[in-house]
Amino acid sequence: MSAADLITSPPAREPARHSNLTRVVIYGLLLLFAFVYLIPLVVMVMTSLKPLDEVTGGNMFALPHHLTFDPWVQAWGEARIGVSDTAGIAGYFWNSIKMVVPAVAISTMLGALNGYVLTKWRFPGHKLVFGMMLFACFIPFQSVIIPMAVILGYLGEIGNSLIDATGYAFGFGNPTVNLVIVHVIYGLGFTTLFFRNYYEAFPTELVKAAQIDGASFFQIFRRILLPNSTPIIIVTVIYQFTNIWNDFLFGSTFAAGDSSPMTVALNNLVNTSTGIVEYNVNMAAAIIAAGPTLFVYIVGGRYFVRGLMAGAVKG
Amino acid sequence: MKLRSILMASVMTAGALGLTSGAIAAEDKEIQMLHWWTSGGEAAALNVLKQDLAKEGYAWKDVPIAGGGGEGAMTALKAMVAAGNPPTASQILGYFAVDYAEAGKLGDISSLAKKEDWAKVVPQALQKFTTTDGKWDAVPVNIHSVNWVWINKSVMDKIGGTEPKNFDDFVALLGKAKAAGVIPLALGGQPWQEATLFDSVVASTGGIEFYKKAFVDLDEGALKSDTMKKSFDNLAKLRDYVDPNYAGRDWNLATAMVIKGDALVQVMGDWAKGEFRAANKEAGKDFLCYRFPGTDGSVIYNTDMFAMFKVSADRQGAQLALADATMSPSFQSAFNVVKGSVPARMDVPDTAFDMCGKKGIADVKAANAAGTFVGSMAQNYAQPPAVAGAYHDVVTKFFHGEIKTSDAAVAELDKALNNAK
Amino acid sequence: MTVSVAPTVVKTTRARRGLARQRLQNLLPKLVLAPSFILVLVFVYGFNLWTFFLSFTNSKAFASTHLVGLLNYRRLWDWTFQSDPPSNWYTAIVNMGLFGGLYVFFCLVLGLTLAILLDQKIRGEGILRPIYLYPLALSFIVTGTAWKLFLDPGIGLEKAMHDWGWTSFHFDWVVNPRMMIYCVAIAGIWQTSGFVMAMFLAGLRGVDGEIIKAAQIDGASAFQTYRRIIIPIMRPVFLSAIIILTHMAIKSYDLVLSVTGKNPGGAAELPSTFMYSFTFTRNQMAVGSTAAVIMLMTIAAIMVPYLYSELREKGR
Repeated sequence: MSAADLITSPPAREPARHSNLTRVVIYGLLLLFAFVYLIPLVVMVMTSLKPLDEVTGGNMFALPHHLTFDPWVQAWGEARIGVSDTAGIAGYFWNSIKMVVPAVAISTMLGALNGYVLTKWRFPGHKLVFGMMLFACFIPFQSVIIPMAVILGYLGEIGNSLIDATGYAFGFGNPTVNLVIVHVIYGLGFTTLFFRNYYEAFPTELVKAAQIDGASFFQIFRRILLPNSTPIIIVTVIYQFTNIWNDFLFGSTFAAGDSSPMTVALNNLVNTSTGIVEYNVNMAAAIIAAGPTLFVYIVGGRYFVRGLMAGAVKG
Repeated sequence: MKLRSILMASVMTAGALGLTSGAIAAEDKEIQMLHWWTSGGEAAALNVLKQDLAKEGYAWKDVPIAGGGGEGAMTALKAMVAAGNPPTASQILGYFAVDYAEAGKLGDISSLAKKEDWAKVVPQALQKFTTTDGKWDAVPVNIHSVNWVWINKSVMDKIGGTEPKNFDDFVALLGKAKAAGVIPLALGGQPWQEATLFDSVVASTGGIEFYKKAFVDLDEGALKSDTMKKSFDNLAKLRDYVDPNYAGRDWNLATAMVIKGDALVQVMGDWAKGEFRAANKEAGKDFLCYRFPGTDGSVIYNTDMFAMFKVSADRQGAQLALADATMSPSFQSAFNVVKGSVPARMDVPDTAFDMCGKKGIADVKAANAAGTFVGSMAQNYAQPPAVAGAYHDVVTKFFHGEIKTSDAAVAELDKALNNAK
Repeated sequence: MTVSVAPTVVKTTRARRGLARQRLQNLLPKLVLAPSFILVLVFVYGFNLWTFFLSFTNSKAFASTHLVGLLNYRRLWDWTFQSDPPSNWYTAIVNMGLFGGLYVFFCLVLGLTLAILLDQKIRGEGILRPIYLYPLALSFIVTGTAWKLFLDPGIGLEKAMHDWGWTSFHFDWVVNPRMMIYCVAIAGIWQTSGFVMAMFLAGLRGVDGEIIKAAQIDGASAFQTYRRIIIPIMRPVFLSAIIILTHMAIKSYDLVLSVTGKNPGGAAELPSTFMYSFTFTRNQMAVGSTAAVIMLMTIAAIMVPYLYSELREKGR
């Protein structure tokens, strides 16, 4: 048993005493599903390890005859994207990180605070406010782009006058900052939803008791709610990280060029308008691009279960 | 808690980031260029331009957004213009240039155009898109044409085919290939490809004058005519010669079928030649290029342009330099040899071009003189995007059997085009 | 109560600062919520109002203020009932129903099943969980293409089966315009069901063990325990999952275009592709906006009653 298994060992509750037959069925089903889910990845990985003529000529499920890691090297640092000086998707990795980390952190923080207010500090109309924030999840993005661009344009102008006045733009007009703003705004609905539904089940009596003891609004949040929020933080971070990391529309419209996130570079690599389609390089690039998200899943997944154990609310 | 400190740290990085990277230097010598030419050959060709400009001391700030006909790039362009922050120039197609010009978003490079006398060397028809009220606001990079067929020569020899001279010849040739067990027609079943094919079919069936009347003038009589019905019937005939897996195929995969000899012929714009080139195939030896049977003498064109946006005075020098470099005969030649298209200037020598390129250049000159140089409906050069989109809809629905008869297709085409006008 | 509480919180000194502080304390929660709410008001509802306004104009490539009354609505209304040949809008609506229904339903079923199975004290859960979750991490831009290749009869699954000798195997949905939308659904379900699993797993792990024990002592079978007790407790998780899935179904864009190969025959049209192409590719912004308004109203008609009942029941 690995360390991960120790950490994620099953919960200390009952409904899992099964006969051997049932166990076999459960494992069988789980493995079957795992197999089906893995097929596309296997195909992608194998494709990425084959030379191009083997990809276009051969059976996509066949193992590589001539194993090659060239496509990976190319995707990472050699394939030219447009006529820019940066080669491969490596250069755009950092752009994405710079954008995704603050955007996830801020939207998660705000979501947690909103969820806290909406469940533990209710005011008349709190349901309407929550309902409106929820419904915001459904706004069609194509009607967002132009008005958003106009507003970001104003921010840019503020930035320019700030430069004139002080020499610094304080982030106004910076494409990465713009993307953070956009992602935070359109992530709020989801993060609020996650935390509100989680805190809904959190015993209000505890909050009341702390209030009587004189704890302030933020003290209660920091000392009582946050320490018990690990699982929902993980779910929220997984969701936000994935969505923002994989966003293409906003990235390509608001931050094209040098500061574009990696999905834009990936698209430029994959979506060639002419030329031989290098499937092997594309697949390698896609897997590389998914790396950080996968990392979040695997690392986050461990916290996710352990946190649940520690923070499980027992009657 | 560890998690919280991570969150805190990242909030702080965000703040720091805002402070440090916000400052933007004055950018008079910088050319910001939006385009969707990201693949090997095209990017290499564009790189020539970048190098040329670097020699003059201009820095190239690349803004590439790949994807099909530049949908993603056009969306980004709209956002940039809405934000009041347009690029120095952007690759642009057909009526999109007209839209930006009419909205007053484009600049003015007439001074340079007059000095270089572009009006004389660029075909009159193209100037509809590159000028507005006599003012030059865009430069053409190339002239593509869509009424080409690309044939694998060894397959052609194997089945004993000869150059088809009219539509019936073409169908007979496809029949021969089918009998020989080769896929006769390599087609990508995507709306724009089917519409591009139909451009040629209409011009072949009704002649180029009919094409002009129907698609450029949107003449009611022509749209509802029996000739249009016959064009749809002819399109339906071609459907018998595609392989069963054509739906949704990308055009370059269809080209690859011809290159590999799995299929005999592809009907596609001359950008397909770039694929043959990339596969080290030689015109005349490995593959053959003919005008779509029955359209010899006419050119159904589309063109890539660089639209010059209205920018502040300190950026105009760079803009003019870009325009000048783009229109230089040496670049026009070098770029188009790679791209498969022909130069937008008619005074560029054809020495560097292969057999198909030479034919293309001669055809453009002849068609321009004869008045048979007409914009492609499928590619947004005959009508604005709304109408072209409606055209794609009708053609693709007919091809995939959603519209069942040619009578219904004619009625639907007339209705859809009028509706979108 | 065994919630872990940092001991420092228990302060014995009572607040004696009087009214001013009390008032601040009462105001504080609203102040904390206000920025988010204002952002949503401006950037969601403000923009929606703008879209609503555009739907009454003749906006083409750019926004225009020239009003044309209900012209755009009349146009879409006509298209709604034009089924032969199907208008793009008609196809979009039908596909939304098919795709949205299948996608949400199967994601929920698969997600819940996997979560319950994983919750049975499984060895190697740490390995299995990421396997179900990983598809979400891969960008749509490439997975769409991968699925298209995988499902393509000439290159992918069917060819492989034929190569291996199973020549009667036949699967050509991805090149059949009538079946294409199901391929989009398959790819979509593969992509998202893992995340739904994660949400349900988090919910399951939060369920109180005592309740389950009590049920078992009462002689309930495992199936009954889940059906009668555990699943009803997880209603908020269902709410979250349904919102997320509906949102993803409505906004699926890259996936649709890449799996189907740019919508051949117009057969894979969805409201998202319709709105996007009219707004940006076809320069009929007013029509795109009208479609957006109708979509929002339709979603409102479905979601508002659901939200209303969920929130009313939960409100204490």
